Amino acid sequence: MTLKKLLAATAVSTLMMTGAQAGTLVINSNQSDPAPKAAWGELIADFEAANPDIDVQVNEYDHEGYKSAIRNWLVTSPPDIVFWFAGNRMKYFVDRGLLEPVTDVWENNNMYQNFGSTRASMTVDDEQYGVPATYYQWGMYYNADIFEQYGLEEPQTWEEFIEVCETLKANGVTPITIGTKFLWTAAGWFDYLNLRTNGLDFHIDLMDGKVPYTDERVRQTFANWRELIDGGYFLENHASYSWQEAQAPLLNGDAAMYLMGNFLTPSFPEGSNYDFFQFPQIDPSVGMFEDAPTDTVHIPSRAKNKADAKRFLAYVAQADVQTQLNLGLNQLPPNAQAEAGDNKFLVQGLEMLSEADGTAQFYDRDTDPAMAKEGMKGFQEFMVNPDRLDRILENLEKVRQRVFR
Amino acid sequence: MFPTPIQQTSKFTQISYRVALPATIILWLLPLAAVLMTSVRSIADINAGNYWGLPEEWMLVENYTAVFANTNMARYLLNSVIITVPVMIASVALATLAGFSLAKYRFRGRIALFATFIGGNFVPFQILMIPVRDLTIQLGLYDSVWALIIFHTAFQTGFCTLFMRNFIIDLPDELLESCRLEGASEWKIFTRIIVPLVRPALAALAVLIFTFVWNDYFWALVLVQSDEVRPVTAGISALRGQWLASWQLISAGSIVAALPPVILFFAMQKHFIAGLTLGATKG
Amino acid sequence: MTTQLKTNALSAVAKAQRPTAASRWHTLTPYLFLLPALALFAVYVIAPIFQSIWISFFEWDGIGDKTFIGLGNYAELLEDPQFWTSLWNNVLWLVFFMLAVPIGLGVALFLNQQVLGIRAVKSLFFFPFVISQVIVGVVFSWFYDPSYGLLQRFLGFFGVDPIPILASETLVTYGIIAAGLWPQIAYTMILYLTGLNNLNPDQIEAARMDGAHGWTMLWKVIIPQLRPATFIAMVVTVIGALRSFDLVATMTSGGPWGSSSVLAFFMYEQAIFSYRMGYGAAIATVLFLIMLVYIGFFLWRMLRAERG
Repeated sequence: MTLKKLLAATAVSTLMMTGAQAGTLVINSNQSDPAPKAAWGELIADFEAANPDIDVQVNEYDHEGYKSAIRNWLVTSPPDIVFWFAGNRMKYFVDRGLLEPVTDVWENNNMYQNFGSTRASMTVDDEQYGVPATYYQWGMYYNADIFEQYGLEEPQTWEEFIEVCETLKANGVTPITIGTKFLWTAAGWFDYLNLRTNGLDFHIDLMDGKVPYTDERVRQTFANWRELIDGGYFLENHASYSWQEAQAPLLNGDAAMYLMGNFLTPSFPEGSNYDFFQFPQIDPSVGMFEDAPTDTVHIPSRAKNKADAKRFLAYVAQADVQTQLNLGLNQLPPNAQAEAGDNKFLVQGLEMLSEADGTAQFYDRDTDPAMAKEGMKGFQEFMVNPDRLDRILENLEKVRQRVFR
Repeated sequence: MFPTPIQQTSKFTQISYRVALPATIILWLLPLAAVLMTSVRSIADINAGNYWGLPEEWMLVENYTAVFANTNMARYLLNSVIITVPVMIASVALATLAGFSLAKYRFRGRIALFATFIGGNFVPFQILMIPVRDLTIQLGLYDSVWALIIFHTAFQTGFCTLFMRNFIIDLPDELLESCRLEGASEWKIFTRIIVPLVRPALAALAVLIFTFVWNDYFWALVLVQSDEVRPVTAGISALRGQWLASWQLISAGSIVAALPPVILFFAMQKHFIAGLTLGATKG
Repeated sequence: MTTQLKTNALSAVAKAQRPTAASRWHTLTPYLFLLPALALFAVYVIAPIFQSIWISFFEWDGIGDKTFIGLGNYAELLEDPQFWTSLWNNVLWLVFFMLAVPIGLGVALFLNQQVLGIRAVKSLFFFPFVISQVIVGVVFSWFYDPSYGLLQRFLGFFGVDPIPILASETLVTYGIIAAGLWPQIAYTMILYLTGLNNLNPDQIEAARMDGAHGWTMLWKVIIPQLRPATFIAMVVTVIGALRSFDLVATMTSGGPWGSSSVLAFFMYEQAIFSYRMGYGAAIATVLFLIMLVYIGFFLWRMLRAERG
């Protein structure tokens, strides 16, 4: 072990002295599903072709397992590049000194200009700690045939939204499908309702533990949520289903709408008529803020080959590379100079996000993991038993006080 | 002897017994039968609610091929073998040595050591998670087959030692004494006398350990996480997320994963039961 | 190998002239045989128990520094509703999992006959035990599934609406325990079948002469003779109940909103997903203390048998 380390250290220092010689770049990736795997595979192959002196080695991990595994490598023997998430998730490691600042990569590649929308989520104390590779929108995906059948329009306001739900329900269609078995889908609803009710600043304060969960404004968010629950607009027995299982009613016409991320769209069958609208406005005095989770690449501070890792980061930041990658991922490029794919969901998503007053990452990426776990359980319980709200909020408040002590 | 042999009862009881027997077994295995049948159906069949009729179209080949072609199932199975077999050999070997020592020597701390093995064997192993995971990471073994092999060997050694000690203690002392008188070394006594005599116990233990380790899920979640080393139990539950509501594939995958221990069980039934029931008649 | 050579050489020497050295080797031999197993077991099983207890006095996220907080984690446990839910579920597991013992006895009595094909029937009955709990979990999730599940078809047959058992906070734990009982009954059954095979026929005959039969016979003569089997069956069932993790993890992940969690799963969740190693270790310690009662009882009984 020590011998290996010693050899590696010697190898790195030799490399630095003699300039660029064949180096190995180790990348740990959480993109193991078929489509993302192929898109990243292509990017890496192109990178290797453009940099013949670098030999890339990729280790792939399953998306969930990766989240706990990364904590082990970062402290023990990290790769040169890790995939991770912007915002609070990144900050957690930055605060512990586990990620390398890459401010020079941002400076040398004109990134401050091209990555304006994601810059804040990559910055801690005026230093940048990674490069955003891709992001995607959240919003309401719906069955356009059903909307047409009942003469419905895309709702812009809360009142219109309630009306749409009411009409659908009256016609025996489940207005909103959702599967809360694995909790996070309920967090999507919480995020949007809270962003629309109280705005981004308040939302982020809540995520950072600066506002109590028992605050009157949080209660207002839940009151709006309750309107939908009491109306019976959500899919029955949603706690039994995963998010994928909850697609079934949407796809077979039993349900009309689904609040979800853009990764839902590949499930729509060829030739079907689905469309997208922005989550409706609740309070006109509150701006339109969106959830736009950003996936990023970083260099661990204990990485062995930081020089080549920075070259990789700069490569990922290039506009044409981002265009190509995100076509494959069916997502949006954070680089403003890059082009997004031209399917109707991405086009609408890009337009929506570029006009957004600000973006959040997602509940479980924005707040502390321990808080997120309890929070999401609370949301699920609330959706089934709205009468328990007081008890749920008191419990969350207790968790907040402990976590953000 | 008890209850009264059915042959000595009334005609009516005899007939009802013979009817009840297959009925109960069918009821008992109903969940499995359903899974087996589901694994050869098409998804259309399942959606149409056809559970008990013959499949509209037989998808036996398609479904089982899909399990292997579209997923890492073959890799998971191989990983399970790579992990299970060394554990089986190592823990039985270590336990035979230890069991011999505890059974046939009188030395200080003998009872205390034996009690330690038993106690350790009975702990809810989840409580070991945090330190064992930490140790594994520090040894640089996290996410490698060695992480599982070493831990399982250590943990199963407790059970095996208890088992072996109880088996060896029943072997006649005179045999060992006569060998000692002839000047055989202790090691020789172990290899020449003990090992051949405990052979039936070795087989019983090996089958049991195979099943225990093959079916482990907890440690497969805690100590490894990439597809290259993940055993079949962790693999199948990961696949469940991927296959969504494709119950026909989930069923086929489950059957494939269950097959090795089931085959082993039917092949080695006598040893298996002998191993499990040790102590059910005395103690 | 080295041991062999050394013992060989030494015993040869010893036989010739130096009995004291021989006896020294003799006292060492059992320890040498024991050493490999003991070392491994100590490092991976015994030491971690104490390390777990030690860690439970700290606040630790697994990568940063440990902060000593004394009994802080335990104080927090007392106020954590999730802890009480999990503990209560463990109690439910201990109580209802015990059904495996009488049911297993019932099945064993039912199958303890000499008829054609009974051997095959016995192995078919037993074989759910061989299957991994993960697969049992998958099978039963499907069985309970509100839209595709067999149970719902069955209920529908009687005009009952689907009951989402695994999404109902009141039913979910019972649903999981029922799934767990399936292999566990198979296990206790096989223990009892072996026990029944070893009954003392003379005593039964004598009791028959005295006119005992049916329930009296079972209660007064058979069950006392089956005591060893009952003891083992209870021990393995208690262990199974306290170790319950696989089924909870595969069927519900502790949901809905944590209502089917058990201590083992709660600990896993806190340590792996919320990164709270100290708190997780405190949960582990509580689980260990509960088990210690049973381990203590078992050891006491075992040692008594050794001495007596």
